[in-house]
Amino acid sequence: MLEVTDLHKRFGSLEVLKGVSLSTANSNVISMIGASGSGKSTFLRCINLLEIPNAGEVRVDGELIRMVPGRDGGLKPADVKQVDRIRSRLAMVFQSFNLWTHMTVLENVIEAPVHVLGVPKREATDQAMALLDKVGIADKRDQYPAHLSGGQQQRCAIARALAMEPRVMLFDEPTSALDPELVGEVLRVMRQLAEEGRTMIIVTHEMRFAREVSDEVVFLHQGRIEEQGPPAQVFGNPDSERCRQFLATTEGMGVGQ
Amino acid sequence: MIKLFDQPDNTWELIANGLPWTLTLAGSSLALGFFLAIGLALVRLSPYRPLQALAYAYVYLFRSTPLLVQIFLIYYGLGQFEAVQQSFLWPLLREAHWCAILALTLNTTAYTAEIIRGGLLAVPWGQVEAAKACGMSTWLRFRRVIFPQAIRQALPGYGNEIVLMIKSTSLASTITILDMTLIARKETSATFSIEPLFIAAAFYLVINFVATRGVMWLEYRLSPDLREAKTGRTLPDQDVANAH
Repeated sequence: MLEVTDLHKRFGSLEVLKGVSLSTANSNVISMIGASGSGKSTFLRCINLLEIPNAGEVRVDGELIRMVPGRDGGLKPADVKQVDRIRSRLAMVFQSFNLWTHMTVLENVIEAPVHVLGVPKREATDQAMALLDKVGIADKRDQYPAHLSGGQQQRCAIARALAMEPRVMLFDEPTSALDPELVGEVLRVMRQLAEEGRTMIIVTHEMRFAREVSDEVVFLHQGRIEEQGPPAQVFGNPDSERCRQFLATTEGMGVGQ
Repeated sequence: MIKLFDQPDNTWELIANGLPWTLTLAGSSLALGFFLAIGLALVRLSPYRPLQALAYAYVYLFRSTPLLVQIFLIYYGLGQFEAVQQSFLWPLLREAHWCAILALTLNTTAYTAEIIRGGLLAVPWGQVEAAKACGMSTWLRFRRVIFPQAIRQALPGYGNEIVLMIKSTSLASTITILDMTLIARKETSATFSIEPLFIAAAFYLVINFVATRGVMWLEYRLSPDLREAKTGRTLPDQDVANAH
């Protein structure tokens, strides 16, 4: 469904991604781990072009996001409409939720289905209520994000992402901004999605969650993939010395499940 | 212009005859200026340097010269140019009231553009990224996410601008427009009483009272999310929310 080939990204002289490839062909749930600054969030943001990669290819359902050389010597999207269309198939859940604060919970969830996909409002509302029920905040439908706890906000953001019926869901450290006691409720929802067989790429610091839920774990170090494989291998018996060290320093991390 | 009272009985009615002009000048320049200002603010924020510079030059020019001078330049100055006199705009530009509306509009556009620019910059970037991430086009993002929030941010500052513009219309009295100020001045010189000026001031007070209440009402209507939660709790307060 998603195939990323040899992605490079530079910020000024700093090369954040030095050729990272990833495919969801053989695994539904991929977790990306690594120290801060290893490039994992940047990689995720390059997939839906929130960051424009300097080189590399992204394919969604076989469709290549066409890029042309930009003025600064990098790339730029050849067709903005294509980017919008592909983004609508890749839902993203952000670390800081990024709910639209002037809309209620329900309005947040139906916004993109109605205005991007053209789903009739009534149909979108029914679907949204089912999703809010699924993430356990149906009773908050008419509340504004400011009136919700962090965990509830993030579950709303997940419902908003699901409402697009995405081919792939991108999670950018979805629990990092939450108080420890609220992490569990978000991870529970994500675990349920994984069990339903949804395709997910999760950038996370929740090691226990990554180990239990992922089909594949990718360890990123300084913009390169250092270790990649099933969780049992990456966590249990990694080839890379750096991966070993990283896991040792994060030992015991990953709170509520 | 409409005359409210054909045979005014007293000074109040006399001054009230200038009310339509005051409201017309303020209303039309604010309405026109608002839309022009959105455009100008977007140009100011565009990634194209020459356009940015042009928009900044406009704002600088109209904010840094007195409105009275601008009114005089447009009313007395434009007619000096042969090209203006030949142009199709001349039937408009030789009329004092069109010159006043033009000057007031150009002036408020500069200020309002800065107010709106501030509102646009205050929209959290994360919310714009969330809109991008679900495939919203640039226009859809602007219409559904950025503008509604920018306008709420800008409203208190814009309320200020509305009040200033209502008062600024009195400058149009210097180019023969029979607004409340000019009528009051004429009446004062005719009767040697300052009562007409007091009455005119009272009218401005009332108009601005209505205008500021209107802005407050709009602010209230546009920010339901900042009011109390429907459960009756007084929020937003993260700690209380998290403890819930």
